[in-house]
Amino acid sequence: MEKTVNQKAWFLVLPVLILVAFSAVIPLMTVVNYSVQDTFGNNQFFWAGLEWFEEMLSDERMWNALQRQLMFSAIILAIEIPLGIYVALHMPKSGFWSSFCLVVMSLPLLIPWNVVGTIWQIFGRVDIGLLGYTLDALGIDYNYTQDVFAAWVTIIVMDVWHWTSLVALLAFAGLKSIPDAYYQAAKIDQASRWKVFRFIELPKMMGVLMIAILLRFMDSFMIYTEPFVVTGGGPGNATTLLSIDLVKMALGQFDLGPAAAFSLMYFLVILLISWVFYTVMVNLDKKGM
Amino acid sequence: MDWMAWTWPTAIFFMVIALALILFTILAIKFPETPRVGVLRIETTRGDRLFITLLGSAFINLAWLGLVGPDTQPWALGVCAIYAAAVFRWV
Repeated sequence: MEKTVNQKAWFLVLPVLILVAFSAVIPLMTVVNYSVQDTFGNNQFFWAGLEWFEEMLSDERMWNALQRQLMFSAIILAIEIPLGIYVALHMPKSGFWSSFCLVVMSLPLLIPWNVVGTIWQIFGRVDIGLLGYTLDALGIDYNYTQDVFAAWVTIIVMDVWHWTSLVALLAFAGLKSIPDAYYQAAKIDQASRWKVFRFIELPKMMGVLMIAILLRFMDSFMIYTEPFVVTGGGPGNATTLLSIDLVKMALGQFDLGPAAAFSLMYFLVILLISWVFYTVMVNLDKKGM
Repeated sequence: MDWMAWTWPTAIFFMVIALALILFTILAIKFPETPRVGVLRIETTRGDRLFITLLGSAFINLAWLGLVGPDTQPWALGVCAIYAAAVFRWV
């Protein structure tokens, strides 16, 4: 029987298209328009051509922020992914404690970003915060407002605390989907714990882990609220990540042109990396992983 | 629309992208294709190759601007055309 061709179903996606147009496409077009012009307010614009892109490409400030951003994303991925897998492997697989663990693990994910920032800002304070006070009492010189290393440790630990459970929950879902027959076969072959992980669990989790890596990368690459609330980008510019720098430029200095050029380059990098991850994920899916 | 600060060059830029999307949609309807595997060892359709071309062209233009300078920017479009041809032929 020949399939009926009916393109009317496209109308069903129309509301989404309109929503995306207003929330993403039109603002993006406006950013492109701003990136080639200069303004002094009052909605008056002057043609600047590629000047802002040229300025941004040779701007040390942007490259430094990009370096810090890449370092931040790399560090949190290097910690959260293995830690999430480790937690998922050691979670009870069924029964009351399994549900209990799932609920406890979900809690940090439910807390809004600015609240997480505030919690850690207070937690790390030497005068009233439990963490800061304890470290100080132990004789460890910890002050995230003045020491670069302490500031970095604080924002990294905060992100790990906030998001490792997402990786763990995804990895746990991946683990739960492995049929028992695989483990039984491994047992018959007397496979070691490491080999069960390496040849059964890890390949079967690969799909969800790719999603976890993609989500965590994108989220960490555009992180703003948490580090901004804790350190405000300081001490100095030590924790000024890309989006913090961008907001400072666009809203603090009202340099809309350079900020628009900056954000377009930022967008292109995210688009490229997301496309790479998406392609890898689709290809893994086709291989049945 | 004043707040969007439109200029002719940016309007033309978006029109070209919109036209490319419309053209590729028509091509996909008129001449359906099966995805193929190219040098990247991934399955691509014409739409995927257009996306790779546009994204790559953006980076070529930025690299040209940063490394060579704005005076010879139109030459970057030449490089993009060669890149586009290569993508549609081999990717």
